[in-house]
Amino acid sequence: MQTIAFRIDRHSGVAAYQQLVHQVRQALRLGTLEPGDRLPTTKEVVADLAINPHTVLKAYRELEREGLVEPRPGRGTFITRSLARPEAAAGAPLRTELTGWVSRAHATGLDRDDIAAMTEAALDESYGPRPLPPVPVSLAGARSTPHSHPHRHSHPHPHPASSEADT
Amino acid sequence: MTDPTAPMALRATRLGRRFRSGWALRDCEFELPAGRVTALVGPNGAGKSTLLHLATDLLRPTTGELRIFGAAPGTAEARDRTAFLAQDKPLYPRFTVADTLRFGREFNRTWDQATAERIVRAGGIDLPTQVGTLSQGQCTRIALALALGKRPELLLLDEPLADLDPLVRHEVMGLLMAEAAERGITVVMSSHVLSELENVCDYVLLLKHGGVRLVGDTQELRETHALITGRADDGADDGLPPEVDRATVVETALTGRQVTALVREPDLVDRRWLTETPSLEDLLLGYLRSDARPAPRPAHGGPAEEAA
Repeated sequence: MQTIAFRIDRHSGVAAYQQLVHQVRQALRLGTLEPGDRLPTTKEVVADLAINPHTVLKAYRELEREGLVEPRPGRGTFITRSLARPEAAAGAPLRTELTGWVSRAHATGLDRDDIAAMTEAALDESYGPRPLPPVPVSLAGARSTPHSHPHRHSHPHPHPASSEADT
Repeated sequence: MTDPTAPMALRATRLGRRFRSGWALRDCEFELPAGRVTALVGPNGAGKSTLLHLATDLLRPTTGELRIFGAAPGTAEARDRTAFLAQDKPLYPRFTVADTLRFGREFNRTWDQATAERIVRAGGIDLPTQVGTLSQGQCTRIALALALGKRPELLLLDEPLADLDPLVRHEVMGLLMAEAAERGITVVMSSHVLSELENVCDYVLLLKHGGVRLVGDTQELRETHALITGRADDGADDGLPPEVDRATVVETALTGRQVTALVREPDLVDRRWLTETPSLEDLLLGYLRSDARPAPRPAHGGPAEEAA
């Protein structure tokens, strides 16, 4: 059984390796990945997603650089650190309040983007505006999915600008 | 990312091939590094198939030379290291799958029966099945099993995904990438489906009118180009402002008051313009549509410079 099922949004304009990194971080926050879990091998990931193997290697290197995973030669890449916070887990009071708030907002007829804009503004008030990540955006992507932008929701705290262009 | 010391899987020097109808390839100079997945792109008649046939010694060059890991195509050294999946995927319909694999075993000095059988079985195909009864996707899988069973270091594929339905395309590409991941083989595949190359290929060779129009690492190429969008300048036919060096413009499209252009060396572009990094598809389409000159090679030098 694989510990995480990656997916790639080919039209998001976000580099594929960044999407993989983001999904691991997200799984660590949600607690669906825990320390000791083995990430799928490069071969498993590329067979599943039909993407270039270097993309997976690059994503795993990035996660290693962030201290979230550790490669163990001959055995695979293992999660070393969790990003889960008990305060954010399902059932925690803050989370329950937020879920209630979102369903009330939904009931008043606000759509997802309205709510995202409100929460973004509220986050800016408390944490200061987030510097825009220098994500390359393709025209095709911008046209087809105007509001898909996984980065906007990825970090609860401004993240030290992750190196984009590993060339 | 292109390491000048990395071994080259394919190297063409003044490579040309003439048919009765004219030159299919002319004065081609390029290098494709080992361990990469290269997209071979170009309009019909650009010379893609001719190049693949030259690499597999099905054709001989009229001028210049092509080298596979330093060896001439047709030599035992080059043959043993190369596998080719032709567009028409020639298989014997009366053979069973098992017969077909036995054929592979007998005609190749290196043969990995386990790999070939694993690829066949992973597609839910039984060895006693007659090839003629298989679907197109299954035939592609058998052809790939034959090619990969040879344990090649260089796998050449001519339109491997043509005629396959989307599910099978994904499955076949996944299979290819998994083999590339496991063995680090060099893959060169020609394709017309640009959108499918985006996350698969990390190197590109674009041919047009029998010549090399663009070659290099996809990430590097994307970063050295930009898509710029802005309000058209009334003073110029192409709508671009006078300060834009026309030699760096690959393609321009004027729509009403808006002008969009694909340019090289984007740092020179004015800030009033909306600047975006092109996707691989944007980049390839731009070069396919236009007759712009090849992009200058990166500083560490390359065949394009020597040819100049």
